[in-house]
Amino acid sequence: MAIRVNGEDVPPPDDIRVSLLDLLREQMNLSGTKVGCNQGACGACTVLIDGRRVLSCLTLAVQADGKSVTTIEGLGTAENLHPLQAAFIEHDGFQCGYCTPGQICAAAAMLEEAAAGMPSYLTSDLTTDRIILSREEVQERMSGNLCRCGAHNGIIDAILEVAGERRP
Amino acid sequence: MSPVTYVRAPSATEAVRMGSEPGVRLLGGGTNLVDLMRKGVEAPSGLIDVTALADRVEQADDGGLVIGAPTRNSVVAAHPLIRTRYPMLSRAILAGASAQVRNMATVGGNLMQRTRCLYFNDAAGSRCNKRVPGSGCDAIGGSNRYHAIIGGSAACVATHPSDMCVALAALDARVRIAGPNGVRTVQLVDFHRLPGDRPDIETVLDHAEMIVAIELPAPLKALHSGYRKVRDRASYAFALVSVAAGLSMQDGRVRDVRVAFGGIAPKPWRAIRIEEALRGIPLVPETTAAAIEAEFAEAALLPGNAFKRELAKRTLTAMLNELAGDDA
Amino acid sequence: MSKIQNAVIGSVRTVIGWVPAGWLPGGAPDPLIERRAAIGSQASRLDGPLKVAGQARFAAEVVMERLCHAALVHSTVTRGRLARMDTQAAEAAPGVIMVVTYRNMPRVGPLPLMGMADLSAVGNSSLPILQDAQVRYNGQVVAAVIAETQDQADHAASLIQVDYEREPARTVFEEAKAHARTPASVLIEKNHVSVGNAERELISAPHSVDNVYRTPGQNHNAIELHTVTAAWEGESLVVHDTTQMVAPSASALAKLFGLKKEQVRVLSPFVGGGFGGKGLWDHQIVAVAVARMIGRPLRVTLSREGVYRIIGGRSPSEQRVAISADAAGKFSALVHTGYSVMPPYGACPEQYTMGSRALYDAGSFEIVQRHVDLDIVPNTFMRAPGEAIGTFALESAIDELAHGMGMDPIELRLHNIAERHPLSGTPFSQHALKQAFDDGARRFGWERRRTTPATRREGEWRIGMGCATGSFPYVRMPGANVSITLRSDGTATIACSAQEMGMGTATVQAQHAADRLGLPIEAITFELGDSALPAAPMAGGSSQTVSIAGAIAAGAEKLTLELLRLAGNASPVAGLRPSEVRLTAGGIASTSDPARNESYRSILARAARDAVTITAAGSAPLEMFKFAMHSSSAVFCELRVSDVTGEVRVDRLLGSFDCGTILNPKTAASQFRGGMIMGLGLALMEETLFDERSGRIMNATLADYHIPAHLDVPQIDVMWTGIPDPRSPLGARGIGEIGVTGVAAAVANAVFNATGKRVRDLPITLDKLLTE
Repeated sequence: MAIRVNGEDVPPPDDIRVSLLDLLREQMNLSGTKVGCNQGACGACTVLIDGRRVLSCLTLAVQADGKSVTTIEGLGTAENLHPLQAAFIEHDGFQCGYCTPGQICAAAAMLEEAAAGMPSYLTSDLTTDRIILSREEVQERMSGNLCRCGAHNGIIDAILEVAGERRP
Repeated sequence: MSPVTYVRAPSATEAVRMGSEPGVRLLGGGTNLVDLMRKGVEAPSGLIDVTALADRVEQADDGGLVIGAPTRNSVVAAHPLIRTRYPMLSRAILAGASAQVRNMATVGGNLMQRTRCLYFNDAAGSRCNKRVPGSGCDAIGGSNRYHAIIGGSAACVATHPSDMCVALAALDARVRIAGPNGVRTVQLVDFHRLPGDRPDIETVLDHAEMIVAIELPAPLKALHSGYRKVRDRASYAFALVSVAAGLSMQDGRVRDVRVAFGGIAPKPWRAIRIEEALRGIPLVPETTAAAIEAEFAEAALLPGNAFKRELAKRTLTAMLNELAGDDA
Repeated sequence: MSKIQNAVIGSVRTVIGWVPAGWLPGGAPDPLIERRAAIGSQASRLDGPLKVAGQARFAAEVVMERLCHAALVHSTVTRGRLARMDTQAAEAAPGVIMVVTYRNMPRVGPLPLMGMADLSAVGNSSLPILQDAQVRYNGQVVAAVIAETQDQADHAASLIQVDYEREPARTVFEEAKAHARTPASVLIEKNHVSVGNAERELISAPHSVDNVYRTPGQNHNAIELHTVTAAWEGESLVVHDTTQMVAPSASALAKLFGLKKEQVRVLSPFVGGGFGGKGLWDHQIVAVAVARMIGRPLRVTLSREGVYRIIGGRSPSEQRVAISADAAGKFSALVHTGYSVMPPYGACPEQYTMGSRALYDAGSFEIVQRHVDLDIVPNTFMRAPGEAIGTFALESAIDELAHGMGMDPIELRLHNIAERHPLSGTPFSQHALKQAFDDGARRFGWERRRTTPATRREGEWRIGMGCATGSFPYVRMPGANVSITLRSDGTATIACSAQEMGMGTATVQAQHAADRLGLPIEAITFELGDSALPAAPMAGGSSQTVSIAGAIAAGAEKLTLELLRLAGNASPVAGLRPSEVRLTAGGIASTSDPARNESYRSILARAARDAVTITAAGSAPLEMFKFAMHSSSAVFCELRVSDVTGEVRVDRLLGSFDCGTILNPKTAASQFRGGMIMGLGLALMEETLFDERSGRIMNATLADYHIPAHLDVPQIDVMWTGIPDPRSPLGARGIGEIGVTGVAAAVANAVFNATGKRVRDLPITLDKLLTE
């Protein structure tokens, strides 16, 4: 078995304690995924496993064995930006840039969740599959990603712009 | 974190067998256990990953549902049958943690999660009877905003932090448990223990047993229900008080009512006294207030959490009024 | 701070007062105020693509051969002695290279405390670091485990057994007040100010308020953890740090380890949030000392808990504000006194009375700060130190006074705005608080506010509006240096040691340099984050932008001189003096006759030069002493309070700022908003839970210390007067911190307007709004 990271297979670590976060950062030098708390409280380490957003700090790397991991490096590069990455720049959705990859990975998965009809705590009608991403809906769905510089407005603006473009 | 072994359980039977070894813990999403291992609160020698086991939501013969223990919280919350038949449960799950955590955390793990008491989590520097039996409790005279006002003991006032379990308690959910001697079922409200003088023993689960599923009985007819969580920030925070409430009215009287609280007790707190007092009578402010007062008659308030009695009372009252709507 | 300092600063002010303004920096307005092109434009961050792609390399992301990792062991008692330390199990654990305690830690002296006299003194704590068996605060580092991997180090650290001999500790604020000290000065200000007889005025005035306000400790909580990698190459030291004081750290480390300045290089291009917390603390000293001992590069990354344990935050405070007014609302007395924590081994005085010294005229003043000594991790500067919590007390009190008088709180403020600095009488360089209030009130719709509290309601929600004044002084730091390299291809590189931690330093200074040198912004490269580059001072006091701008301005003058020299007699600009030319359109041109010009390309080509490089230092910031230079703002808030739960939801926030020229509206708006969001956290949820029984911080996690989440943050409107300050480089004053100020009071005042309940202790949590 192997962990597939951005399309490339890597063997799971021998030391069970190694988190997926440390595997990415320390062993694969994929340092786009950030460590903010290492305790599941800030969202900076968000990556996608089989398309779902998860916290890589609380995921043991072995748990991802046989699964597909997408990191910020797999979404886009400085030369070839993902639409969310471009929107973050346009709306100044970051300052220091440290929480940013986690915000963008979370946002990418969040848009898929909404498209699939997943409700949030704020969704008034739980029976509907048609999620309208209001500003508040996006804020609630993104609340697992903390930002200390205070780029919240720009982050939400950027996501709403991309969400608007995706709306059929 | 101490060195640890890891294996994926191929079947529930194997999981029970492997999990009965001393020092071994079952691993779901790891959102709580991995954190506690890093903090030195937990130090298992081995982890049995159970997430590859039956993680499905299935219809039961009695009109209810069976939710496999390894099912991720987000899958349960988004499941069409849960959303339409048990919206209170969807809402409660969605009130918990963050989308990332809900994508990881399993239903079984949610039941088994430990308290977020600051002193319990401070293995290096604080006394805690739950962590080290008999060592003392630093929370009772310390920071106890998030602690229990009811059901606690002189040894421990820690709360169970789950949102999901509060809704499950209100919905009469059952816990299906597999052990070396077969399968048994307990009511969710009986699954968690009150601390008494052994706060370290949190559930009725034996070490050799594991949760395999949650059973939901058929939904009650015409039940208006909701889940409201009150917390220190708008999202991504544990409850100060949460309320799962369901209400059906008939001819201006309460036909059925379900009430459970989170954030105020060592376990999901099903408010039986309130339910009994309200059933069959019209919903009028005085009787509602008296019923709630009666439920909290034995509340033991601490300086940091005394406000929660009033908060719980007001939150429930507002919810019942809202659920009653035009039927009242 | 001493009485001598008061005398020195006092004499500087007196002398500068006699010197004609024209002789000083800022004597004539910066010409760029009038002719700017790139400055003031909405440039996106130049480092944006790297940051959004995760390709910006932060301190812990430098790949290094033979790197080892450390885990720190923190004291669990507050005062005492290490009676026994059993490190055997840790030493025997897999992967462990060394266990460091006071027994084998190399002898290093204490860090000189940050102060006014020596720019390389940047310590936040002067306590010894792993030098003796003494424990002086709860969380102090008592051991470090060095191992091949972080997991191995963490595990081995958990195996160390420590027995303490406990000693009595001072941990109770209320008790320690009895022994409070009254320092002679607070930063560069004389501490105790007594004008007239404020206490007597309070008694005799027709209107007065006199209340005590409390604010808890807070932590910076930058999302990036503190992390440092120290690598020795022979007798030279390379340090990859995340620090807001690159060059000062290098100087301080050189001194501490007995090295020449050239032997130490500190690199810190990107800082994942600082807010005052990313300075020089114990972990860097451990890293450098131990890396030398083991002969391998060493990375010390603090755990999130570790950050709370050994990096101090904002001090708790107890402040008395009393104000009296005559029948027309003119202040007759302003009293602002109080207590904050400052142990003798700390450096931050938490200057919460600064706003009260600068904003309003009052017939009499009584202002003094007292320092409480507790056995704690020394608190330090946290974004808008002092002003963040001082404006909460002052601006709540004004709201209370206005309510008592039945007067609009804006009207009351405008009635008392100081025309000159109220204490020194010095004229303000520029001050348009009234305009900020007028503009802000109009945009916000202040006229819709109900004057009677608790009268507006929608469903279960009570709705209210509040406002407050924000305040922050202008600071330009001495010791800012840059180099400018102008190349024959028409490009230029500006270099300085400063770091980028979200302010947009590189972006804004590239805009500035483009205008200063008369080049398009694409032609400018800005190099930073390396102590090998010309030294910039620490980022503090919202001073980095103007400090570097001052150095670039000085550099441009020097470059002009050099270019005129290189141009020689054959140039169209030959014979012109520096004062007669300007740098424009990629070359030098006569100011009076722009047709007389020559391009840089042409000058350098004729001189057979590929490039010309100059280094320059900014002038001494004497304008700060000649003029009262102060930024202010008007903050407006509309919120809801649940009648059921007491939950507060802020629906609208508006900040109207008077901070001089705004250099980049896009990044400036972000900084203002960011500050206001920290103010929102301060108002509603942030609190470092300090257990006074044990002296231990109990919520040392981001789960238990709440900072605002997305759903807490409304859309924040920001606006500014944009009036240039004629005395500062580019007409700008710093904007990094003022956003925090005033917000907590605006929120508290809005809560009062919504509910009729006055909350005087932060944070305003729902339990304080529930009444039985």
